[in-house]
Amino acid sequence: MGQPKIDTSPVVSDEVRKTTCYMCACRCGINVHMKDGKVAYIEGNRDHPVNRGVLCAKGSAGIMQHNAPSRLRAPLKRVGPRGSGEFEEISWDEALELAVSWMKPLRETAPEKLAFFTGRDQSQSFTSFWAQNFGTPNYAAHGGFCSVNMAAAGIYTMGGAFWEFGQPDWERSKLFMIFGVAEDHDSNPIKMGIGRLKERGARVIGVNPIRTGYNAVADDWVGITPGTDGLFILALVHELLKAGKIDLDYLARYTNAPVLVNCDPSSAEHGLFLRDADGKQLVMDRITGKPAPFDQPGVKPDLRHGLRKAGVTHKPVMHFLAERYLDPQYAPEAVAERCGVKAAKIRTLAAEIARVAFEETIEIDQPWTDFRGERHEKMIGRPVSFHAMRGISAHSNGFQTCRALHVLQILLGSVEAPGGFRFKPPYPKPVEAHPTPHGSAKPGSPLDGPHLGFPRGPDDLLLKEDGSPTRIDKAFTWDNPMSAHGLMHMVISNAHAGDPYKIDTLFLYMANMAWNSSMNTSGVMKMLTDTDENGEYVIPRIIYSDAYSSEMVAYADLILPDTTYLERHDCISLLDRPICEADAAADAIRWPVVEPDRDVRGFQSVLCDLGARMGMPGFVNEDGSAKYADYADYIVNHQRKPGIGPLAGWRMGENGLTHGRGAPNEGQLDNYIANGGFFVSHIPDEAQYYKPWNMAYQNWAVEMGIFDAAAPYLFQLYVEPMRRFQLAAEGHGKRQPPEHLRERIKTTLDPLPIWYPPFEDGHVDPVEYPIHALTQRPMAMYHSWGTQNAWLRQIHGRNPLYLPTKLMRQHGFADGDWARVISAHGEITVPVMEMAALNENTVWTWNAIGKRKGAWALKEDAPEATKGFLLNHLIHELLPPKGDGLRWANSDPVTGQAAWFDLRVKIEKSAPPEASQPSYGTIKSPVGQGPDELTWKVGK
Amino acid sequence: MTQLPETTERKLGLVIDLDTCVGCHACVVACKGWNTENYGAPLSDQDPYGTPSGTFLNRVHSYEITPKEGTAKLVHFPKSCLHCDDAPCVTVCPTGASYKRVEDGIVLVNEDHCIGCGLCAWACPYGAREMDAAEGVMKKCTLCVDRIYNENLPEEDREPACVRTCPAGARHFGDLGDPDSDVSQLVAERGGMDLMPEQGTKPVNKYLPPRPKDVLDEVDILAPLLATPETAEHRNLSGFLGWLDRTLEKI
Repeated sequence: MGQPKIDTSPVVSDEVRKTTCYMCACRCGINVHMKDGKVAYIEGNRDHPVNRGVLCAKGSAGIMQHNAPSRLRAPLKRVGPRGSGEFEEISWDEALELAVSWMKPLRETAPEKLAFFTGRDQSQSFTSFWAQNFGTPNYAAHGGFCSVNMAAAGIYTMGGAFWEFGQPDWERSKLFMIFGVAEDHDSNPIKMGIGRLKERGARVIGVNPIRTGYNAVADDWVGITPGTDGLFILALVHELLKAGKIDLDYLARYTNAPVLVNCDPSSAEHGLFLRDADGKQLVMDRITGKPAPFDQPGVKPDLRHGLRKAGVTHKPVMHFLAERYLDPQYAPEAVAERCGVKAAKIRTLAAEIARVAFEETIEIDQPWTDFRGERHEKMIGRPVSFHAMRGISAHSNGFQTCRALHVLQILLGSVEAPGGFRFKPPYPKPVEAHPTPHGSAKPGSPLDGPHLGFPRGPDDLLLKEDGSPTRIDKAFTWDNPMSAHGLMHMVISNAHAGDPYKIDTLFLYMANMAWNSSMNTSGVMKMLTDTDENGEYVIPRIIYSDAYSSEMVAYADLILPDTTYLERHDCISLLDRPICEADAAADAIRWPVVEPDRDVRGFQSVLCDLGARMGMPGFVNEDGSAKYADYADYIVNHQRKPGIGPLAGWRMGENGLTHGRGAPNEGQLDNYIANGGFFVSHIPDEAQYYKPWNMAYQNWAVEMGIFDAAAPYLFQLYVEPMRRFQLAAEGHGKRQPPEHLRERIKTTLDPLPIWYPPFEDGHVDPVEYPIHALTQRPMAMYHSWGTQNAWLRQIHGRNPLYLPTKLMRQHGFADGDWARVISAHGEITVPVMEMAALNENTVWTWNAIGKRKGAWALKEDAPEATKGFLLNHLIHELLPPKGDGLRWANSDPVTGQAAWFDLRVKIEKSAPPEASQPSYGTIKSPVGQGPDELTWKVGK
Repeated sequence: MTQLPETTERKLGLVIDLDTCVGCHACVVACKGWNTENYGAPLSDQDPYGTPSGTFLNRVHSYEITPKEGTAKLVHFPKSCLHCDDAPCVTVCPTGASYKRVEDGIVLVNEDHCIGCGLCAWACPYGAREMDAAEGVMKKCTLCVDRIYNENLPEEDREPACVRTCPAGARHFGDLGDPDSDVSQLVAERGGMDLMPEQGTKPVNKYLPPRPKDVLDEVDILAPLLATPETAEHRNLSGFLGWLDRTLEKI
């Protein structure tokens, strides 16, 4: 029989439409192949700066998200009790009028009674603008329960953190150390980067209790005990200082190591910087031996000598730093047992870091000029880079741990140097370039400024005259003074408790708060359904917008159905968290590559409509008519200030199209679509590194509209705003913390990084609960979204609890047995599986696989609902009582970040239950269930 | 029974780098997407929103390796048809539906002639073939035969979907019959291996083994590096500050 003839050149598609992925937060460019007007195939866009053609499993499975049976079809009004899932479909007019009838009276009388919180929102510069115009102080996105510790520690220390703020110099790094990252934040760029490092033979070191994913391919693995990363990092710092393996030239020039600190314990300025009349930080000049402003041309800052002035001794920050970390308490031997890492290994790692940084130095023949006017002939690189996200952030010591990591890379002189860590525009951006928080609400008026910001000291806290919190989530209070992203995870419990006050309407977007996005999930479901003595819901009204039939849908009174990501306009804006690379500024759009086949609308367009209906300034013209027809209209025509809009590409200049600053251009979205959905502008060669101090970069950024004026600054090894909070706790100043928080603030707001045990260790008996319990996000699944995805759920449809070999043996478990897992707060019963490459006191599972029966259009026997589970049931937003009459929050005392990973548990064997426990009743699905079979082929 | 060609003009195949594969399943889903829409019947999914079971041409398995001494390791292992030179799945086929192409060595199934008997899946020692439950025909990796020669695609895209999408760059495609090709060079440099050579199937695809891991656990490089003469005096603050002063003077 002859070989059959086959068509090796079939037509691939009728048309390729290029837009931005939204299968996770990574924002890759995608080519959507269309056949007969339908989505046929999705692949990565080769020209796109984020993914350069590659695409992860989630991105390729976008077609199954777009056709998911769980898509909501029309606005819904609740007809059964909350939590039942009983709704009736209503028209958009009815839905919007109902929403207005609830919210407009609040705006006119008490705007704070609306709490508007958005989840994995990629339009925060828009949603915050809406909330400001409404006038409520109660707005934030999900950063408080995600990774605010990393973001805020980065901004306060060096003007940016990892992921959206910056990236390793993948092309030049020779040693890459990654802390606690399972897969995301960010997804494809890290995989691409690791591939490139390995091609060049660079070493990858993974620090994570669990050896999966990136840690599995790492050359060396540090299976650290959860919550001890800060201690481990400070031991590395100890070793490097002792050996003199730090970059003194870099520290003297570009950091506050030489800045003079007041050493008089009786002074109200104790621990603050010495400044000149202009407020400039002062350093000792090695040439003149006299104090001088840090940025004075010709100054050679001294790290050694202090200054006696007006009877007060001032010493450089470097003294405090050396004194602290040379202390034997940070010696490898002293930390080894707590970290679960041998002292010899800590030493070896410190030596390897030092070797690569100082013996494999990179020199690039590229002259540049710094902010003191000094010209440098070369760019010198310390090719060691680091990355970390939630693994070290989501602890109650996370802020200080993230600070410690930033300080480590600064001591090496590797930040913004070739081979090290590089910022992406609009970062670096120091605290001074960010707003302070705003919360002053007046009926019928916009808020007095942006909600979220970076406090410089107690004066910036959002406290009422009686000292009570301005915000429902108690952000920017003494409990968590530097809560730069708000505390979304506290909103429902505070609103339920009426503490600090009662609200009327809770308006949520894209956050599954009745399930995997809340701690204490069962408790939250009760709070959402709890009634008062009159039989009314304690949280009177809940409006929710989501594209899918998530668990949260059942708990809302009014549902505003969103579109899928292929049916909508979006902008990934330089005003927000753009898609820039270290060598380029970039932003991007989404646009409807297909029109919705349901009665749904993009949420941001709905907000434009609601804003106009409520007559909110910013959303109406002078004659009261709607200012924006929809979100696309806003994206093109909104100006934050003259010449600066949501998108930087293809604006209208005096002589035609231009980039950066310019007037609105009606054809802007078409320009983006023609360019593949994104805009990119490369940073000149001279401006590529040393961005905070490089005048070529500073000037380029001003031209692009990123800053209004060049603003070079020093990296803050020592964070003065933290010291201001400590000073208040020591009794200085008018604004004083409550007595019960005084000691904690003194300890935890230390201006130099410290380590202290996770708070749960002090509230829960470590002997009774000896095991650490963690979650990781799988590479092929994003939060709960993946579960509705017919392809992805075949990869991650189950999530056993992985136990280390020691615990398997100790309890006599075999794979597939069931365990009761008990925390101080609750218990779950779940299937177990052995994993050897795991810290021996740690158990873990994949995040957000477990599902509530009836949600996501899944069948009741779906494994996610029968064998899947959440650890959330074991974690409470408050720590257990410890006998002091108080309930302490389960969060970081600096930022309020949810301390998910502080969890301690104990384990015992259980008889197999019918399903994972706890198990809840079935939610009635507003969209029915998915089909019995898929043979998805749209072309003929 | 079906005959294999004595030789093929080229030996197209994949080289998969186990040192770099992070186990992300990107290749699995890109393959599922392309091959659902393209060559032959779509890759179907049964009970996709209940207890699902679907057809995949490429899957990633993860294996844990626990040595007697030292640290346990996890290896991600992507697996699809290896396009063997001595492919037992072809010779076992009763209808001639399974065949190996003379021009490039790709093993394919002619779905028009496949009776869904499943003998080939039994014969394959790698478990690389899957019966599609909706169509009743055998599905397997085609090496994206409808991409690699496709004149409707830009030249740079004429590679299998799994290779194009792999974020870590762990998958390589080329002619393993040509010793000068990039893939053959890579196999030579990195000691590329056959999967289960004892089966005598002569697979075309090759796997690059993981580099040695945890070497820093074995070598203590501390002594020559961090124990400089100055180290001792850094143990206290004044010694450190003195060193700092002298060093800054030299800069």
